[in-house]
Amino acid sequence: MPLSRISQPGDRVSQPGDLAHDEAQEYLWTMNFGPQHPATHTTLRLVLKLDGERVVEAMPDIGYLHSGFEKLGEHLDYNQYVTITDRMNYISPMSNNVAWHLAVEKLIGIEVPRRCQYLRVIVAELSRISDHLLCVGAMGLDTGAFTHFLYAFNPREDLYDIFEALCGARFTNSYTRVGGLMYDASPEAIEMIRRFLDGFPRVLGDLRRMLDRNRIFIDRTKGIGLLSREEAINRSCSGPVARASGVTRDLRKDEPYLSYDDFDFQVCCATAGDCFARYLVRIAEMEESAKIVRQAIENLPSGPVNVGPGDRAILPEKRQVFSTIEGLISHFELVMSNRGFEVPVEEVYMATEAPNGELGFYIAGDGSQRAYRARCRPPSFIHFALFPYLIRGHNLSDVVAVLGSLNIIAAELDR
Amino acid sequence: MNPEPTVPAAPAGADTLSALEQVWGEIASSEFRGEVRVVVPRDQLFSLLKVLKEKLGFDLLVDITCVDYLHFRDARDRFGLVYLLANTENNRRITVRAFLNDPNPSAPSAVPLWKGANWLEREVWDMFGIRFEGHPDLRRILLPEEFTAFPLRKDYPLQGRGERHNFPVLRRAEG
Repeated sequence: MPLSRISQPGDRVSQPGDLAHDEAQEYLWTMNFGPQHPATHTTLRLVLKLDGERVVEAMPDIGYLHSGFEKLGEHLDYNQYVTITDRMNYISPMSNNVAWHLAVEKLIGIEVPRRCQYLRVIVAELSRISDHLLCVGAMGLDTGAFTHFLYAFNPREDLYDIFEALCGARFTNSYTRVGGLMYDASPEAIEMIRRFLDGFPRVLGDLRRMLDRNRIFIDRTKGIGLLSREEAINRSCSGPVARASGVTRDLRKDEPYLSYDDFDFQVCCATAGDCFARYLVRIAEMEESAKIVRQAIENLPSGPVNVGPGDRAILPEKRQVFSTIEGLISHFELVMSNRGFEVPVEEVYMATEAPNGELGFYIAGDGSQRAYRARCRPPSFIHFALFPYLIRGHNLSDVVAVLGSLNIIAAELDR
Repeated sequence: MNPEPTVPAAPAGADTLSALEQVWGEIASSEFRGEVRVVVPRDQLFSLLKVLKEKLGFDLLVDITCVDYLHFRDARDRFGLVYLLANTENNRRITVRAFLNDPNPSAPSAVPLWKGANWLEREVWDMFGIRFEGHPDLRRILLPEEFTAFPLRKDYPLQGRGERHNFPVLRRAEG
């Protein structure tokens, strides 16, 4: 794509025709950043107008990874689409799975058993840890602390092992199903989670000791990318970005879904609203997430993990299908294209607190087995819209610090 | 999953609605699984959003999206714009819907109220072709500028119409 199309003067710094225009064009330097750049981490592009080292204006250009996920949502059924949600925020696919199926269950009107709720909380919080580890690690990497990145990546490996033990896939989990989960958690998986939690405080301590009082890191992040509380609300921010600016909004507390009101945890906030505050909030949230997982593991209810056959939502076990007539019938009822779930002709929105912010799905059901409209409210998209505002007036080297602190995942950005 | 959230949703919803009716007057509304939804004619959309933001404290614009009701059962209008709002003080939510029709579906832009509406409206324009009047920078956002169709409309096929094959290819020598 030719650069001139983006940097064409329109509503930007200068208008063609005014006297200052030519001067300004000569004076300001335009720099292309991305789409393939190690510091963007994913595929996005920025066109920066520079005055020496200072960024006068940043123009994001996105859409490189647009793959029509919302269109696909209208052609895949409620269980199939979970594989697409894996690919949105692929750093924490489990929380996307949970968010999607919570929305579907809200539409259909199913309440999953408590064991399933607890297991979903566990996987959602583990994926929050995984997401935040990547975010703070990459933020360290971008600002020159390479070791920090490697220390953050080690526990992520353990988390992938846990996810593998839970559902067989490391990266694209697709763990949830309408009315339950793909598999119940095995005792081995629970033991792995327990071992992970035992080692996690030490990891977190290492990470904190490396950056919390690191002069270089603080110089590069403190006071950079300031976002006030009013602006954060006005610009639809959510999650750690909003909480670092003093917005005390956490859907796990404010609109407790699953069984979040059973757990004792704190909402981590900061008031500074700069990149360093966003780093601190993420670090603190990992600690709280580990606390939630610990409580959920210790109090994991027994009983079935999926809703019963009466709800006609989840496929019966193969043993039942092959040996009982009821199992065969309910299997048949679900897989036939003209049967399946009873979906009301209604529209719902269900929001969850994903690692990046409010991840919600707006589903319009039309009575069929496919969503009529499957809208995803992507936190990365909304946070990236902030970027030109946050970077204005800062230095070129601050671009990566701000990008890292927003944790933009381009697959979710473009969907 | 809890269809009846533990925060008392049913009375809260009724509260929101009665508070709105006090300042706004009669309004078409419905409730489903604890969500309050109101429907407003296109001409009053902006003033309703303004009232909700300034008088009732719905200060957070959660999302703007759209549904194309072309093949929807019993639908009378072509497009339904959906505004999801939230109140950061008491955590209530409200959904505002407005129906638009061909030709030239358009709606007033919400950017004067929420700066966060900027990219959300650009995405709706990109995907559905709904023009937002007064938007400062209404360009396509996810698709390239050369794209001519609106792919989330229901009359656009899943396979596309071959646009991808006709994209101009930049060779190394030219670039």
